[in-house]
Amino acid sequence: MNFDFSDEQKALKDEARKFLAAKCPPDRVRKLMEEGSSGHDADLWAAIIEQGWTGAAVPEEHGGLGLGYLELCCIAEELGRAVAPTPFASSVYFFAESVLLAGSDAQKAAYLPKIVSGEAIGTMASSEKVGPVTAESIEAEVSGGKLSGVKVPVMDGMVATHAVVLAKEGGKPGLFIVDLSADGVSREQLRMMDASRGAAKLTFSNVPAERLGEAGEGITLFDAVNDRAAVLLAFEQVGGADMCLEMGREYALNRFAFGRPIGGYQAIKHKLADMYCKNTLARGNAYYGAWALNTNASELPIAAAGARVSASDAYWNAAKENVQVHGGMGFTWEVDCHLHYRRSQQVGLVAGSARVWKEKLVSRIERRNAA
Amino acid sequence: MDFNDSPEEAAYRAQVRAWLEENAPRDAKGASLGDEDESQMGAAKAWQAKKAAAGYAQIRWPKEWGGGGGTTMQSVIFSQEEARMGVQLGGPFAIGLGMCIPTVMATADDETKKRFVGPAVRGEEIWCQLFSEPAGGSDVAAIRTRAVKDGDDWVINGQKIWTSGAHYAQYGIVLVRTDPDAVKHKGLTMFWIDMKSPGIECKTIHQMSGARGFNEVFFTDVRIKDSQRLGALHDGWNVSIITLMNERASVSGGGGAVGGGVNNILKAAQKVAGADGTPLAQDAALREKMADWYVMSEGLRFTGMRSLSALSQGKTPGPEQSISKLVYASMAQDIAATAVDLQDQFGMIRDENVSAFHGAFQEAVLGSPGSRIAGGTDEILRNIIAERVLGLPGEIRVDKNVPFKDLPTGR
Repeated sequence: MNFDFSDEQKALKDEARKFLAAKCPPDRVRKLMEEGSSGHDADLWAAIIEQGWTGAAVPEEHGGLGLGYLELCCIAEELGRAVAPTPFASSVYFFAESVLLAGSDAQKAAYLPKIVSGEAIGTMASSEKVGPVTAESIEAEVSGGKLSGVKVPVMDGMVATHAVVLAKEGGKPGLFIVDLSADGVSREQLRMMDASRGAAKLTFSNVPAERLGEAGEGITLFDAVNDRAAVLLAFEQVGGADMCLEMGREYALNRFAFGRPIGGYQAIKHKLADMYCKNTLARGNAYYGAWALNTNASELPIAAAGARVSASDAYWNAAKENVQVHGGMGFTWEVDCHLHYRRSQQVGLVAGSARVWKEKLVSRIERRNAA
Repeated sequence: MDFNDSPEEAAYRAQVRAWLEENAPRDAKGASLGDEDESQMGAAKAWQAKKAAAGYAQIRWPKEWGGGGGTTMQSVIFSQEEARMGVQLGGPFAIGLGMCIPTVMATADDETKKRFVGPAVRGEEIWCQLFSEPAGGSDVAAIRTRAVKDGDDWVINGQKIWTSGAHYAQYGIVLVRTDPDAVKHKGLTMFWIDMKSPGIECKTIHQMSGARGFNEVFFTDVRIKDSQRLGALHDGWNVSIITLMNERASVSGGGGAVGGGVNNILKAAQKVAGADGTPLAQDAALREKMADWYVMSEGLRFTGMRSLSALSQGKTPGPEQSISKLVYASMAQDIAATAVDLQDQFGMIRDENVSAFHGAFQEAVLGSPGSRIAGGTDEILRNIIAERVLGLPGEIRVDKNVPFKDLPTGR
């Protein structure tokens, strides 16, 4: 039984933690939000690319480090812990994974090296309206190789150079790669609940679109990409949730009320103990997702959904209860609790809501039982 | 990262599997604590003796004490394989071998150890643990059962409660108050005791579920020798910590079915039609809960695997397993209540011949409160996680520097 990360992978995680502690302290995240910018720390992003993290799981032949998904999970956990304001998830978990999963050799050769080097920033454009993305919810359409339609919200839509777009072609959904610098693309910055992560409304009018994967397979591919992203996001969530627990613990030990540390009151102790329980469950489920992703196991759809459901629950719980432990200071701008509170919502929604993932999990279990 | 055995583990598993194939009882129904069925107890004892003879009874213990001289990992592998064969006969011996005998081994003289360890390992003698009292559940040190010195003897009077297996155990370890003038943790002493000693009376506790798995044990002028003392006089609290540490040292197998019982509930819910004729499994609210329970069950299974991985690599597991009972007990209650709710008015019926699923969920509704209390209440478990894992302050204690006899007692 070796259900753990290797010593080398743990060392990578330690390095990533130190790197982000230096390059991405919470004050920097807060400042970025105050600037009302596109939710993208360009200096941090450049430093991350220099570390090679964007290519951790990209094969060497496409310019990556070719390490693997376990290494990428280690990095993801630290990015989540640091509430890093970068397009890492959009570019690596969604765009690069889409190309790796469905791209032709030519597409892999064309896009992956640019994603790894940072020359390109990718994203995924799927949502158009309130509610889950389904085959029926998509109106964006590709006709004669040209895309028209509206996508909102598109994470990192103000800084992305390329997007994988879910759109219909001949009435059936497909995935398409679109160069966002092309004529006919207009971007409108959105005000986001998590202001440390930027997003845009993208409007496409007859923009050249290159199909990714088989025609009509859009939803299948989109689901598969989301499964892969869900595992990686689960590590960001686990990292964030553990950080919230540490913050809450630290505060509870040092904040005195009625003559003693508030961490001595059972109301607070039990809250933090429950946080530990959910975080521990989420970590176990995330590890299983990591194993399934790394080995491309047939269990991946269930493992990914399990990791997603557990981690979304743990991070939201930890983020909101951490605010509560901090009392009045917890909902001030200056104290860091809200960074995780916002991020837990953003990460919990970006690959689809908890409700949708719970249904995915149960229907996938049913299919496994029937098989 | 993988789930594979190391070559040594695989070899040991193969060896264990071969031995079990040849020796495991095929028709074992399972013996549990509190089992009144004598044929079950006979089967359990026979199986324990067979395991002991082959060195599989207490795999981690030294051979000189009847153990297997093996590792914790080997012990876990044996348990996994035993469970895989459907053999669940270890219940009656769990408390003796898991808690009482380790306490005897840590505190008694050689003669006493030689007398008791072997028979316990071979399943010939069963032990019970007499700690809890009506006045001391979570607060075990609040016990009032008195032992008074009389020459070379001690005379015990008082009452114990929640004693599993007291009605069939031959021996027990008993924590008693020997100095009520001392502060409460300092006036306790541990003894081993013959459960057939004159003056001991066992009475089963009738639980709300109807089960009778525990006992009250009454002591009336029970006379024991000072040579039955385990550890120093008035040092019983520290001795009890040895006992309880051994309880916590057990590591669960990280095994169990994928998704635990949740998978089976989902399958069952597909076979039962709701009011509009569609299967209950289509109920959106139920499906959402199913997902929550599934990731909780799986989260516990994977947490067990993380601990096993540490053991497998010769490391000490982290504190992560401390969440298991706390998470599991409440989930079981929630599952039971939800399943009963789905049955609507029919959910009230507990008659196993009429009720859906033979009344399994009704049984679980009535049994689950006990799970949230026995072996550490939810609240005590949260305190333990908060204090020992997270390092938060202990509770304020008003009983620390007061002689026991002066403490307020309430109900």
